[in-house]
Amino acid sequence: MARKENRITHERTKGIPMNSHRPEAIAAIAQGMRSSVSRRRLLQAAGIGGAAMLATACGTSSGDSTEASAAEDMSDTEMLVNWSNWPSYLDTDEETGTYPTLEEFKSATGIDVTYTEDVNDNNEFFAKVRTQLEQGRDIGRDIVVLTDWMAALWIQNGYAQKLDKASIPNSVNLIPRLSAVEFDINRDYTLPWQSGFAGLGYNVPALKSATGKDALVSLDELFDPALKGRITVLSEMRDTMGCILAWLGYNPSDFTDAEFEEAIAALTQQVDNGQIRQVTGNDYIGALDSGDVIAVIGWSGDVIALGEDFGFSLPESGGTLWTDNMLIPSLAQHKKNAEKVMNYYYEPEVAAEVAAWVNYLCPVEGAQAAMENIDPELATSEWIFPSTEILDSAYVFMELSAEQNEAYERLFQKATGN
Amino acid sequence: MVAVLPSTGSTSGVVGQRKSRTGYFLLLPGMTWLAIFFAIPFVTLFLTSLQAPVAGQSGQYVPAFQISNYSDALVEYWPQFLRSFVYAGIATGLALLIAYPLAYFIAFKAGRWRALMLVLVIAPSFASFLLRTYAWKTILADEGFITSFFNYLHLLPDDRILNTGIAVIAGLTYNFLPFMILPLYAALEKIDPRLLEASNDLYASAFTTFRKVTWPLSLPGVVAGTLLTFIPATGDYINSELLGSTQDRMIGNVIQTNFIEFRDYPTASALSFVLMASILVLVFTYIRRAGTEDLV
Repeated sequence: MARKENRITHERTKGIPMNSHRPEAIAAIAQGMRSSVSRRRLLQAAGIGGAAMLATACGTSSGDSTEASAAEDMSDTEMLVNWSNWPSYLDTDEETGTYPTLEEFKSATGIDVTYTEDVNDNNEFFAKVRTQLEQGRDIGRDIVVLTDWMAALWIQNGYAQKLDKASIPNSVNLIPRLSAVEFDINRDYTLPWQSGFAGLGYNVPALKSATGKDALVSLDELFDPALKGRITVLSEMRDTMGCILAWLGYNPSDFTDAEFEEAIAALTQQVDNGQIRQVTGNDYIGALDSGDVIAVIGWSGDVIALGEDFGFSLPESGGTLWTDNMLIPSLAQHKKNAEKVMNYYYEPEVAAEVAAWVNYLCPVEGAQAAMENIDPELATSEWIFPSTEILDSAYVFMELSAEQNEAYERLFQKATGN
Repeated sequence: MVAVLPSTGSTSGVVGQRKSRTGYFLLLPGMTWLAIFFAIPFVTLFLTSLQAPVAGQSGQYVPAFQISNYSDALVEYWPQFLRSFVYAGIATGLALLIAYPLAYFIAFKAGRWRALMLVLVIAPSFASFLLRTYAWKTILADEGFITSFFNYLHLLPDDRILNTGIAVIAGLTYNFLPFMILPLYAALEKIDPRLLEASNDLYASAFTTFRKVTWPLSLPGVVAGTLLTFIPATGDYINSELLGSTQDRMIGNVIQTNFIEFRDYPTASALSFVLMASILVLVFTYIRRAGTEDLV
């Protein structure tokens, strides 16, 4: 949601129209999320300030340390961890602005965690710290949270440190579906923070009056001429193209250049004929809410959080599943402490508390049981604790080489007017 | 002058010298600022625009003299360039049409309301540019009364305003309107009313007075206002991003995409340079034709 960018996923499925199945659960989820979402949206809005983006992109080093040899672990002498994460991605006490689970960690361990919500966009964040990484300098952060493909880029370039799993015994709680990913086959460098889906979101009353349907279950329905000019797709290449590749019958986890180009042609056609109104980041939420946009390719959490009048489903042909991963940047000075933080958040009870607040797919085994004590309704949410069936209907987008990534991004941007 | 009048003694010579040095001294902060925040980035940008990529390493570039960055960028992005100038041009024209009568009214007819009206012109700027543009999404919403009204008249090709070029131009016009009104007001306000009276006394009609007296005297304001509107509007990308569709991307969007998404700094820099150069050419042509070279 707020964020994000990319995703992953895999195979086919039958549409799972959420709204028609469990309105109460959704309402409950929506309830829980509302406050966080509104803040998230504000932040996103603020994030669009392009001038600011360019400024940060151009800005180079603001690093604290210039010692290239800083890889020495200061954890024992400095009880510190600097953690950069996406906005509204950790349970927050709205009144005090503190993070309850984090406070608990601090008082239990005596480690002071500086938690900064300064990752608004993978590319933008990377642009901000890139110079320092390339020059082999500490970026002043011990944990950063990056989406799969960006995490892969960091690992390939040697910007991430190998985790010491002995210090993270709870890492065994990682759910099997996420335990092996292409870019980090043994999860040597990363641990998932949260995951989510990209699929079909729709405004139910508006959809009903435009097409007579209660739910959308396929991209054929999304590209129904009755919805001309009333749909948007995500500006996140992997999400939009993942859904379209699957729709064309290809495997988004394993496809060829020709297949990708065919999918681009399909997208271009829908853009040129006016079916697709806009290609957006998080902006679609407002448009979907107001009814200007009736249906979208969007992110599960966003759409569900809008409330009962909105439905989310994975398309029959499949949607995508993405993950945001914690990793420790090279030369981070407090690795051991950072691992303690990771270990702490892989305790099922703690993970459940976070999930109850952020409402994303929880990557920690056992959190579902722990959730029973926090909010039994959320414990049954298919989007927080998805069944194997749902997981199997979502693809993780194929890992791309840097060249492929650039070539595909260019094709995608060109198709979408840039 | 001092040199020509040596007989006035050495005192005045010293004073004269000191004066001229003071002048340079006063320039120092401005020049330093320009050097640091304009000249150096300008040169850096130019050098970047000629860099060549490192094979196999996305986002890595080495110094080079790759002129083709420019031609490639133009071939790839000429539609967005053209669109930027067209949209900014229309927006500037509209802003002039809206601003001139308003500035005229404030300058000549507003009386004691003048100060208040000027404040009202500037007041929207107190809110964030971004938020105001977001507000336009609501104003132009598909179910909103503006869109419904035009749809009732069957005037909209796509049955909507939001996410079309119309919305982008409307947003540009709105956002840069104060930059048009204020210079116009400043120019109009300076006009000596006695000139208008004289014109009237000589039996010129109201229209002739406007054409022969008011308009020529307000030209510096027109030129300044159009420049202040056109130049930032051409490079703007927020309006296109928020109010436009994929068919309405402007050059600012493309530069941003190249910079952030592709990490293609040379192309982004080349695009910036071409944008700067084309605006300069347009502006000089325009100022010449407007006959107000003394402005620059």
